[in-house]
Parts: sequence; C-alpha cells; structure tokens
Amino acid sequence: MSPHGIVMDKVSYSVGGRQILKDFDLVLTKGVNRTILGVSGAGKTTILKLILGLLPVDQGRILIDGVEIGALRESKLREVRRKIAIVFQGGALFDSMTVGENVGYRLIEEGRLSDSEIERIVLEKLSFVGLENSIDLYPAELSGGMKKRVAISRALAAEPDYIFFDEPTTGLDPIGVYNIVDLMKRLQGEGKTTLMVTHDLHTAFAVSQRFSFLHQAHLVFEGTREELMAAPDETTREFLSPSERSLFRFTEHPHQEHQTRTITELE
Amino acid sequence: MPIAALENKLKLFFVEVEEFWLLSFRAVIGIFSKPFYYREFVTQLDRIGVGSLFIVLLTGLFTGMVMALQALLQLKPFAATSYVGGMVAVTMVKELGPVLSALMVTGRVGSAITAEIGTMVVTEQVDAMRVEGTDIVKRLVTARLKAILIAMPLLAVITDFIALVGGFFMAAGYQVNPVMYRQSIPQFMVFQDLIEGVVKPAFFGFLIAMIGCHVGLRTGGGAEGVGNASKRAVVLTSVFILVSDFFLTKIFIAFR
Ligand SMILES: Nc1ncnc2c1ncn2[C@@H]1O[C@H](COP(=O)(O)OP(=O)(O)O)[C@@H](O)[C@H]1O
Ligand SMILES: [Mg+2]
Repeated sequence: MSPHGIVMDKVSYSVGGRQILKDFDLVLTKGVNRTILGVSGAGKTTILKLILGLLPVDQGRILIDGVEIGALRESKLREVRRKIAIVFQGGALFDSMTVGENVGYRLIEEGRLSDSEIERIVLEKLSFVGLENSIDLYPAELSGGMKKRVAISRALAAEPDYIFFDEPTTGLDPIGVYNIVDLMKRLQGEGKTTLMVTHDLHTAFAVSQRFSFLHQAHLVFEGTREELMAAPDETTREFLSPSERSLFRFTEHPHQEHQTRTITELE
Repeated sequence: MPIAALENKLKLFFVEVEEFWLLSFRAVIGIFSKPFYYREFVTQLDRIGVGSLFIVLLTGLFTGMVMALQALLQLKPFAATSYVGGMVAVTMVKELGPVLSALMVTGRVGSAITAEIGTMVVTEQVDAMRVEGTDIVKRLVTARLKAILIAMPLLAVITDFIALVGGFFMAAGYQVNPVMYRQSIPQFMVFQDLIEGVVKPAFFGFLIAMIGCHVGLRTGGGAEGVGNASKRAVVLTSVFILVSDFFLTKIFIAFR
C-alpha cells in the first residue's frame, strides 16, 4: 500500500466500559475525499481524535503517511499531526483570543515568522472564508456558521494535507450549509484531502467520493455512493431511508456513567 | 459492595493519583524551559494575585481583630495584655495567615481555574490547542502554577500584616501601649516561623493550582460536568490544605 494516506487497521477503542470501535478499518487515500456516516453517539468524533492521537487506541494501528502514531511520543506526534487540521464541531475557537489571534495561533506559537508576515497570512486565510472584516472580533460575537468558517481558516494556517471536519453542517441554516459545502469543494480543488464525519447525507454526497458507515462499533459499509445506494445490508438501507423499524435498530443504549468520576469525589 | 467493584474503584483512584503527580511533575519541569508564555503568566498573576487582594485584606483584618479581642480577654486577668501583639503575630504567621488566605484563594481562584480549563475541555479547545502543536501542560498549567507560587506567599504575608494592624486597633481599645504591642511581636517568634509563613502558603498554592488544573483537565459531560468539577476541586483542595497543614507543621517542629 502506498505510504501516502491515512490508514486505520483493525482499531478497537472503548471508554467507560463501552466498546466504541471494534476492529475498525479506514483508508483515506490522498485526493479521495471520504465521509464517515453514523448516528449521534456512534463514535464518529472519537475516530477523528484517535487519528490525531488525542486519544490512544486500545488495539490496532493507525498510520499517517506510513508512520505509525501509536508508538510516538507527544513531541514527535506533533510533527506528524502538522499534516492534519481539524474543524471541530462547535469550532473550538479559543474564546480568550480574537479571530485574528485564533487564525494565527499556530504561527504565533511557533514564533518563526515576523508579526507582519503572520498578519498577512491571517488575512489571506480569513479572506478565503470571507471573514477578513471580523479579524478583531471575539468568538462570542460570531454566529455558529461564522465560528465554523473561522475554524476552517485557522485549520488552513498550517498548510495541512488533510482536513478533518466534524459535523461541519450540523445546526446551520441552508445558506450556512451552502457556504461550508462550497468551502470544502474549494479546498479539495486546492489539493487538500478531506475526511468528514456526519449524519447529514446531503452534505456527504456533495463533497465525498467514498463513504464508510459506522454502526454499533463496527464498519458495516465501505464504498462509493452508487454502492452505498445499492447496499445489500438492512442497517445501511434503513439509515439511508429510515422507517418505523429503524427506531429500534438505531435507539442508543442509555449512556454509561461518565468515566472520569472516581472515589476521590468527596462531596 | 462486591470485591470486583471495590478493586475497580481502588484502581481508578491510584490511576488518578498517579496522573496527578505526573501532571505536577511536568508542570514543575515546565517552569524551567521555553516557551515561557510570559503574557499568559502576567495575566494569571494579575487575576490570581491582584484579584484576590481585596478578600484577603478583609479576611486578615477581621481575623486579626477577633483574635486580638479573644486574646485580650484571656490576658487581662493576668495583666499581660501587652503580649497581645506577639500572640496575634505567631498564630497568624504560622497558621491562620497561610491557611485562611489559601482557603480564600481556593474558593476564588481554584474554582475559576477548574471552570476555565473544564470549559476548554468540553468545548474541545484543549484538543484544538494540542492539534495546533501546543504543549497544554505548559501553556495552561505551568503558567498558572508559576503565578500562584509567587502570589500565594505574598497574599499570606499581606494577610498577616493586616491582621496585626487589626489587632493593633483592638489593643489600643484596651489601652495597650503601641510600643509594647510592636515589641512583643519578635519576643514570640523565631526566624524559622517566618520561613514557615512563606513555605506553607507556597505549598498550598501548589495544591490550589495543581488540583484545579488536574480536575479541570479531567472534566467531562458538558456544562453540568464543569459545575461538578469546579465544586469537586474546591472541596478537594480545601481538605488537602487543612490536612497538609498538619503535616507541614509537624515537619517544621521537627526542624526546630
Ligand atoms: N469519557 C467518556 N466516558 C463515557 N462515555 C464516553 C466518554 N467519552 C465519550 N463517550 C461516549 O462515546 C460515544 C461516542 O462519542 P462520539 O465519538 O463523540 O460520538 P459521535 O461523534 O458519533 O456523536 C458517545 O456515546 C459518548 O457518550
Ligand atoms: Mg461527534
């Protein structure tokens, strides 16, 4: 297999006594944009965090351009991670900083460029998403859609090869959705490879060539749009066009007690 | 409770203790290496130190006054009211100054540290920082630890001083000679007490920052989780301050 791309090889992950992923496989080839579909709580965000090394896998391997990240120390991991940027679901903008400081965050941290150089890049990235006039605003002053656009421009500051999108269109109005889809297509046009997780089929079909479907910790489908529409298994078909019976199939089990509670709780 | 569940809880407990020390270790190491996050440090120093000044003044003033009042009442039958300054000083410097100012800072700063970091965790800002290549221990924890290690002893000393001023007013009401009040202070104290008076608050500051950050970084479960974490940090820190005060006192006595 070519070393270019991201590979998840039989990855298992559980938290709080619940198996989120079981032997999950994923291939993100450069230039082939992928969407991972699944209901809320299925573990889609978890997949992105595992690839970024923000969470450790229980079993299996994750390779980024041929480098296995499982064995890397945090400092080495940072280098590999530099190839990947992520747009978190709520934007995850730093609320103590202005839009400009958010977008220039990495460049300011790295301290290699001069202030004027950084400002030029920040303006360039902000104008890509059409928000150069919001440079001095704080995240609290932005709408949900604007936050996501700022998050996209922050993601671009590192000139990543891969961009992850966590439910980029969830909770946006139709104009907001159109905006994001348009941005994603333009990024793909510039040679970025996108990996999106969502339950929004409409957006998925608009921006991706390949699809994975995660259901109850397992990969139940992988393929193109045509293959997805003709998927033989019932779970996938019901996800695509839900009926009354889907209610049972997709009902979540009650969530586990949160894992981080311990007996040092004294209250 | 079934043995397995107990064992599981114990395991979780030890994992958390281990994590706490690991985080503390990394935060302390971070003090000595680049980047220093100077701006973050100054912001924190301002919020922790200057921001806590007022409540610490208030606490010190009234504690000093009430202690002097009680002492005067006890000393009067022995015609020993002129020793009141020394009594206030020795209790304030060694015990009440460090402990009370630390408890105040816990309520004000410790809870805020947890809430702030907890919010950053649940809104994925901490994840975003890590993706952007930041060492979050350095940026979020070390900056706060440094600020509090400097601010806490200063706040304790200010508390002590203001308490002595408060005591002075009370003593004046009992016709204690101002010169006698001042002179009695060194009579009751040795140099080591002054060291105790700054080492203790520094250690309490360490607890406030580290427990606040540790609990904050482990926050889960949305806005409700942040509230719970904040409450938990305050309770834990307060208890650990009081418990460690006992052991620190023991250590200081051993070195007398
Ligand atoms: N610390 C934790 N303790 C217990 N359960 C957790 C924890 N973190 C995440 N989960 C659970 O993991 C599941 C997957 O989460 P996530 O990846 O965010 O799902 P998605 O992004 O598909 O909505 C959720 O059901 C969530 O409740
Ligand atoms: Mg999610």
